[in-house]
Amino acid sequence: MDLGGINPVVLIASLMVASVPILLAAIGELVVEKAGVLNVGVEGMMIMGAICGFIAAVSTGSPVLGFVGGATGGAALSFVFAVLTQGLLANQVATGLALTLFGLGLSSLMGQGYNGIKPPLTEAVPFGPLSDIPVLGVILFSHDWVVYFSIAIIAAVWWVLKYARTGLILRAVGENHDAAHALGYKVGRVRLMAILFGGAMAGMGGAYISLIRVPQWTDGITAGAGWIALAIVVFASWKPWRVLIGGYLFGGISVLQLNLQASGSRIPVEYLSMSPYLITILVLVIMSSGKGRASLNAPAALGQNFHASR
Amino acid sequence: MLTLEKRPTPSRLWGAATPVLAVLLTMGAGGILFALLGKDPFEAIRTIFWDPLFGEFAWYLRGQLLVKAGPLILIAIGLSLGFRAGIWNIGAEGQYIMGALFGASVGLAVFPTENRLIFPAMILAGAFGGWLWGMIPAILKAVFNTSEILVSLMLVYVAERILSKAALGFLRNPEGAGFPGSRNFAQYPAAANPELIAGTGMHWGVVAAFVAVIFAYVLLQRHILGFQIKLAGQAPRAARFHGINPAWMTVMCLGISGALAGLAGVFEVTGPAGQISIDFNVGYGFTAIIVAFLGRLNPVGILLAGLLMALTYIGGEMASTNLGLPSAAIQAFQGMLLFFLLAVDVLTNYRIRLFAKGVA
Amino acid sequence: MTATKPMLLTVQGVTKAYPGVVANADVSFSVGVGEIHALLGENGAGKSTLVKMIYGLIKPDSGTMTLNGAPYAPTAPRAARGMGVGMVFQHFSLFEALNVAENVTLGMENPPPMRDLAGKIRQVSADYGLPLDPMRRVGDLSAGERQRVEIIRCLLQDPKLLIMDEPTSVLTPQEVEILFKTLRQLASEGTAILYISHKLEEIRTLCDAATILRRGRVVATCTPRDRTAREMAELMVGTVITPPERRARRQWPATAAALQVADLSVASPIQFGTSLKSISFSVAKGEILGVAGVAGNGQDELLLALSGELRSAPGMVQSFGVALGAQGPNPRRRVGFVSAPEDRLGHAAAPDMSLVENAFLTATIGERLTKSGFIDWPATRDFAERVIKSYDVRTPGPMVAARALSGGNLQKFVIGRELSQSPQVVLINQPTWGVDASAAAAIRQAILDRAAEGAAVVVISQDLDDLLEIADNFAVLNGGRLSVPRPVQGLTIDEIGLMMGGAHGMEVAHAHA
Repeated sequence: MDLGGINPVVLIASLMVASVPILLAAIGELVVEKAGVLNVGVEGMMIMGAICGFIAAVSTGSPVLGFVGGATGGAALSFVFAVLTQGLLANQVATGLALTLFGLGLSSLMGQGYNGIKPPLTEAVPFGPLSDIPVLGVILFSHDWVVYFSIAIIAAVWWVLKYARTGLILRAVGENHDAAHALGYKVGRVRLMAILFGGAMAGMGGAYISLIRVPQWTDGITAGAGWIALAIVVFASWKPWRVLIGGYLFGGISVLQLNLQASGSRIPVEYLSMSPYLITILVLVIMSSGKGRASLNAPAALGQNFHASR
Repeated sequence: MLTLEKRPTPSRLWGAATPVLAVLLTMGAGGILFALLGKDPFEAIRTIFWDPLFGEFAWYLRGQLLVKAGPLILIAIGLSLGFRAGIWNIGAEGQYIMGALFGASVGLAVFPTENRLIFPAMILAGAFGGWLWGMIPAILKAVFNTSEILVSLMLVYVAERILSKAALGFLRNPEGAGFPGSRNFAQYPAAANPELIAGTGMHWGVVAAFVAVIFAYVLLQRHILGFQIKLAGQAPRAARFHGINPAWMTVMCLGISGALAGLAGVFEVTGPAGQISIDFNVGYGFTAIIVAFLGRLNPVGILLAGLLMALTYIGGEMASTNLGLPSAAIQAFQGMLLFFLLAVDVLTNYRIRLFAKGVA
Repeated sequence: MTATKPMLLTVQGVTKAYPGVVANADVSFSVGVGEIHALLGENGAGKSTLVKMIYGLIKPDSGTMTLNGAPYAPTAPRAARGMGVGMVFQHFSLFEALNVAENVTLGMENPPPMRDLAGKIRQVSADYGLPLDPMRRVGDLSAGERQRVEIIRCLLQDPKLLIMDEPTSVLTPQEVEILFKTLRQLASEGTAILYISHKLEEIRTLCDAATILRRGRVVATCTPRDRTAREMAELMVGTVITPPERRARRQWPATAAALQVADLSVASPIQFGTSLKSISFSVAKGEILGVAGVAGNGQDELLLALSGELRSAPGMVQSFGVALGAQGPNPRRRVGFVSAPEDRLGHAAAPDMSLVENAFLTATIGERLTKSGFIDWPATRDFAERVIKSYDVRTPGPMVAARALSGGNLQKFVIGRELSQSPQVVLINQPTWGVDASAAAAIRQAILDRAAEGAAVVVISQDLDDLLEIADNFAVLNGGRLSVPRPVQGLTIDEIGLMMGGAHGMEVAHAHA
């Protein structure tokens, strides 16, 4: 079953892997935005996660600790964002940009001497005979644990936002911080927790790139994945399961264009490699048109800073 | 306990003092960073901030200052108008690339004709290229309400791909023995943007940057358009009440900033860079964001901030060759500067009060 | 009456100061069990600060409170709720995108599981005659229904003290009656109610006792039923207010209407807003049309559509026969329109800009403040100073940022800025919102003066006093539709209430309760 040299089963299996970084980053950002905070520094947090995860994995020899390190690195950078925007009321967009510019510089600084090293390998989860089932075995039971983790975390976020009181408070803070404050909820604290979660998820996503996807360290390794994650949140209209759809869609496109490149397509490499970015734009346009269908679902206090005056 | 208390009117004193404070804090934190890298922090700071101006090679490096500052200022002036209006063009890097590509294409298309009008035509084409690239997010924002942040940024990656296609393909020097890169404009007088006064680094792009500063200053201080830009950013609903069409404001701000970034690109490719190459863009479009904020979105401030940021580029290169400081360190240093700037900016709009203890 | 009942809440010598202003100075009063106690005062008298301290949102600088005899010093609303104090806010603390049940549970200390909660909401709403569907999204509810959400949220916690901040400002007269019935029922069950208002007749009808505040101090405590409204007004305001002088309306030569609105239908640009549905009316030179209605029935949209921020088909809005519906604000200003939207800070004025810049905001055309695109700052400054002077705007100077002004002063500045431009058509939403009685009188007088000079005026207000005092004709916005305008003379409050939509079907609920 080959389509122009591309096996659809392998394609699906590999798009599930390819989409993990943006899935993790996007579900983290979704939580942040649900709390009413717009952190456009996802790219910076991802690349910090990529290098911190890489260093942690290489120095401990444990890929799992690598992901812990990645999450810590992303969260640490997001903490700076939280201090600036929640504590010092800095503009969220500008601070997010600063996060990205700083993250790119610092990661490349930290990565000096890590170029060309292979990180410890992350094995596929042993499913035994399950992975031998034709078609389904390859698609469902041939992946490393992070692939399943990313789906589980989306399910968890969905459940918390829909059923748990924590999720309700988070949404309330994102909808109307003044009202939440008047009811006695700690707006700043809720947002801080959301920002740290978003940072940790972006960091894990970054670590997945440097530890599993590529797997090695090079400067600027995330190549815009963080920005695409931001776009996916809009695409998903702030609904967790749609993040999964969006992530797989983009994963599919990037895998497909890589396969087309490899199979010697007549379309020049440069044009193929710009396709994920162009498609992101296209999807954003579709989602935002129609009198703001997507934006109707956006948290009402998104991007606004809160200051309890009286 | 520390609490913030909103000032009735933004403090003018702190407005001017915060960039200076941010630079000092960055020097301190940067020093710590350099020390962690095993370098003498004082020497590193001196190499970056002092030596380019007053050191052994200052006679050469001072000229480089304008070369680097020119595009930064030109781009940052355009960005600052948008940022003031609440329009986030963060894709200046892409507009800069497209400006260079459009301008260079015009020049290379008529090679080797000699005509006085070629250079002006290339400049116009460059501005047009940047404007066109800025119009994409502008129109998508105006018509479909698509986030200009994401679209303008995505277009940077697209522009980079087009750039590499140009350097390897349609603009490659036919006499270049197959090496990537276009013809060098330094060898094509009608299309070249040479140094105007030897040793100063002054070229037409720097002149354009100074003109842009003056133009923006007058616009913001005296012209109704400047008022509208400020109003749109500070109070969007009041802006609509005043009669501003937000879509038109988006198109105008992205158009101006795109055109200025495109100009910076074409001046660079015809002058200091000399040719279209794969690594033509060096991040001016992103650094200009820092310049715009460091200058507090004020034209004169941007002029000074652009010079300072150019200094860190040159000093960073020196520190890299003389002290072995990784070149990425300077990028982190610049990012840090933006952090500190945003952090201390709180002092402009808020008073920080110390409460010994709240009455329970 | 208060002496016979045991005391529930006592406030003793409470003081709260902010930089530059003392919100409460040495305030003392007490509320008995089952008592409906009024806190009466003008805007800015310190009522809101006081109740926020009782609700634990802010901490007093000094002074003590006791609840049921025990010291009471709530550190947070959560603590206050835990001790049986509930509050219904003036500007609701609700989340539009969430449903009623979710909103209720967010305001409770120990909420029951969601599936039980819906039943409890239905039960309480039936018991107190406040019908409410727990699954509806709050953004889709009317202002009156939103208030019910807040009340039910409090009632579910069996409060001993219920604080209500200006609850009737969003209700029709009939809905007010129903609310009062509910409050009396609660009081008879032993719940004390602290009722904040500046409306004297209401307090005389409802309250057992009243504490009157002026400039942060208690100036009197009285039994409202024993006092006349006039006596209480003088205590509250501190001076005697002269009603505006109404000159005989001048007859202007017959022309096309100064403002003609024909079958105006336009979708609301605001999320959860009210679309306008085939609105028709006309206003002649020198006429004042008053538009009443409960908040959220299309007032904001009507002003936007008239001022030009919201465009419609060309013929829907006309002035002297010129079609303006498709024009923006500036072409309308060119033919003499001025307008003042309800939200002063952020809409009618830019908070961080100086008063000079804010003067330029709308007077660009009317006062010819630009020359070929360049701003004439000296002339703008002169204009701003003129407005400040003639409308008694209290400010250190014209270069001060708009947000530094108090609400009332900014209000005077905005109204003054518009009325100073020799307008042909004046459009104002909530002219006296947030200003004290003497400033309100001055604003009403200025509006009457412009009308006397020949301007056509549309005043949209939720304050019936505003309208009845100055309007020639009167119409009501209800659900985005405008009633046929009727002359003010001869209208009764009951008729007005019915025009406002009566009680929105609430009588039925009370009949069963």
